[in-house]
Amino acid sequence: MRRFAALIEQLDSTNKTNQKVASLTQYFQEAPKEDALWAVALLSHRRPSRPVTTTLMRSWAAELADLPEWLFEESYHIVGDLAETIALLVKQETKGVPPSLSQCILEIINLKSKEVAEKKQYILKRWQSLTNFERFVFNKILTGGFRIGISQKLMTRALSKAVDIDENILAHRLMGQWSPQTTTFDEILLNPNPEDQISQPYPFFLAYALEDDFQEKQNVANWHIEHKWDGMRAQLIVRGGKHFLWSRGEELITDKFPELDMLVDILPDGTVVDGELLPFKNGVIGDFNALQKRIGRKTVSQKLQNDIPIVLMLYDILEWEGKDIRELPLSKRQHLLAGLYHQVKGASVPLRISEVFQFSSWEKVAMERQKATKKRSEGLMLKHKNSPYEVGRKKGNWWKWKSDPKTIDAVLTYAMRGHGRRTNLYTDYTFALWQEDQLVTFAKAYSGLTDAEIKKVDQFVKQNTLERFGPVRQVKAELVFEIAFEGIAPSPRHKSGVAVRFPRILRWRHDKKITDANRLEDLKQLLP
Amino acid sequence: MPLLEFTSKGIYCAQADVYLDPWRGVDRAVISHGHSDHARWGSKHYITQEINVPVIQHRLGNISVTGKKYGEPFTVNGVQFSFYPAGHVPGSAQIRVEYKGEVWVFTGDYKTQSDGISNPFEPVKCNTFITECTFGLPVFQWEEPIKIHDRINHWWAQNQNEKTTSLLMGYSLGKIQRLLKHLDPSIGRIFTHGATEQMTQVLRQFIDFPETKLITRETPKKEIEGNLVLAPPAVLGSPWVKKLGRLSTGYASGWMAFRGARRRRAVDRAFVLSDHADWNGLLSAIKATGCENVITTHGYTDLFAKYLQENGWNARTQKTQYETETLETATTE
Repeated sequence: MRRFAALIEQLDSTNKTNQKVASLTQYFQEAPKEDALWAVALLSHRRPSRPVTTTLMRSWAAELADLPEWLFEESYHIVGDLAETIALLVKQETKGVPPSLSQCILEIINLKSKEVAEKKQYILKRWQSLTNFERFVFNKILTGGFRIGISQKLMTRALSKAVDIDENILAHRLMGQWSPQTTTFDEILLNPNPEDQISQPYPFFLAYALEDDFQEKQNVANWHIEHKWDGMRAQLIVRGGKHFLWSRGEELITDKFPELDMLVDILPDGTVVDGELLPFKNGVIGDFNALQKRIGRKTVSQKLQNDIPIVLMLYDILEWEGKDIRELPLSKRQHLLAGLYHQVKGASVPLRISEVFQFSSWEKVAMERQKATKKRSEGLMLKHKNSPYEVGRKKGNWWKWKSDPKTIDAVLTYAMRGHGRRTNLYTDYTFALWQEDQLVTFAKAYSGLTDAEIKKVDQFVKQNTLERFGPVRQVKAELVFEIAFEGIAPSPRHKSGVAVRFPRILRWRHDKKITDANRLEDLKQLLP
Repeated sequence: MPLLEFTSKGIYCAQADVYLDPWRGVDRAVISHGHSDHARWGSKHYITQEINVPVIQHRLGNISVTGKKYGEPFTVNGVQFSFYPAGHVPGSAQIRVEYKGEVWVFTGDYKTQSDGISNPFEPVKCNTFITECTFGLPVFQWEEPIKIHDRINHWWAQNQNEKTTSLLMGYSLGKIQRLLKHLDPSIGRIFTHGATEQMTQVLRQFIDFPETKLITRETPKKEIEGNLVLAPPAVLGSPWVKKLGRLSTGYASGWMAFRGARRRRAVDRAFVLSDHADWNGLLSAIKATGCENVITTHGYTDLFAKYLQENGWNARTQKTQYETETLETATTE
């Protein structure tokens, strides 16, 4: 625990990537293997399930610090992070060496089944026996979510240096659902047993947004073009007479999509394909929200399957006849995939194949991109015809060229303090549009302003607060911003009646008064 | 009429026709300390603690100013004024105002920890206490300063070993001198930026500091490398820092208690060191005055006043134009 907290503190206090990798590498080399594996797990968002609610943690911390609960809550709003607030308010009372990371996590796991009184006793004891930063790290393990600017890629790079195994191989071994409770550092990372690997997915290959001068530098003949489907990325594995469906977030979602169960009999054993899950009713691609409804449900009823049927839109094949074929050029893989698809396709088979285009000029590609809305895609994917299937987000061989976003001018109505490095600044905004003479909330946005602009808006919020609701402030309607978003769909859950996807601030419209902001009707006109 | 009123020009004593730390020009201004939001330009005459005289002369230029010793009373139209140490920066004072047996104290800014360069904070009995509360939240609880200074010297020594220059940043008045006072000159040489050097020179007549050397155009990079440089935070990202060689950056401020603030500041090392009272410092200061009334002026005023009310004080908040040292202004002074 002490060593791990020191690691997090080191990672926290440098901006230099090389320094971070060096700290991590050193930790992986020096820490006991069971601790190192837990560190890998935590840094790849695998954490023990939460043994207590944050509500309880808040009230215990307030009690221990001898503070009224309102003052604890206000402090929390200002600090912006519960784990840190508790770390700051509780004082260390007892000294001594804290347990190791793995021991501490084991205690947390065992806590889950205990009575509340026992949980409280344990957590209070731990809080009082740790230093400020250790207490913060302990709370982060309890509540989950280490956002410390360490990507999985960076962690894998450091691990690769520590154990001297290729980064891509490690990335693959770390995929899927595993827990240090059921495996060891050696088993999962150093000498994995192939028989344990039948459910193991490959790391997804992810694309960057297209760079500005791309077309000038590239020969269109080298590129295969597809539409960028707006669903849920998924990898389907058929091995050992079973099938496994993985989301990009490395969650096993096989159970959520029972209509794919039939594929285990249709696809040959030793096949892994990459594609997009799409809502698909009466031969038409539905919108993303429909899919979310299915993901949200614990059990997938027949009715839900009828209401929101899905297909897997295939676009790549990673394993064929039990062999990893990610190194084959894209054109070969696409050829294999097409052949496979033609053998198995059928009206009742929930598979489609993403059409591959080749164009003679970039102008023609641009014209295809114009059809995105009509074809229900988000834009285009550009893939080099000779590209291997790479690991993670890499520049060069795959690019996404999204449709231009839709935009609308809206009024800032509420602001909330940010988290992490935006703590203590009002950075999370709510925007509204006119409906008659009322401003109706339509979206929240967090990104798009420069640091200097954030500072100015923060000042405005502090000086123009009409009312406070905990961390949220209602502000005087005065500032107008241009909001960009990707998709738009009707939504009974939103007051405005519409939901927009990926809203973000495009620019601050200093030139506009609130009366120049758009009306809700203008937004609704953009509905497909 | 209350002894002190809050007006559009500042805190006003009508009986004496005197303003305390006014934010507009007035005839007679009594000044608590030299920071620019408390000692402002444009008044006809200033009265302040004697150590603060050269400080505000340095900042405000040719002004008419009278200096007083701590505890030395002066009377204006029957109202007695006197200065008591606030422990905030050298020459900083609480302003005690007494008329017909009623006593008010205005703290300006203060801290209850001793910093080794300012006269330590002295509680003053009063009926009404006008207090700052920049860090008036229970999450602010300072460590013993000696631990912080040890950490700074350790960081410097380590950088020295790695032939890296230590750039240590803080407010030009107060924080820099406090840092300087506790640096261990046996580790290496101490260089300064122009803004910090000037204020340090002003204070050398009162306080014994380790030797410093101003960085000029002629100073060779080689001479600076591996040593320590004191500078205001505004230098970060400016061309000036380029001539310091390979750098490790450090920043000392109370706001560095927040992880988000540390990450946003993007320095290599953050040192939680403040010239303001922390939560317990504020509470103990208020208790020590024996006052009945508390007026909170700048900082987390509403929350702090509410807490005081719940604990039996007659507390209220009052808007002033003292720039609360916030996370953002903490960088610019």
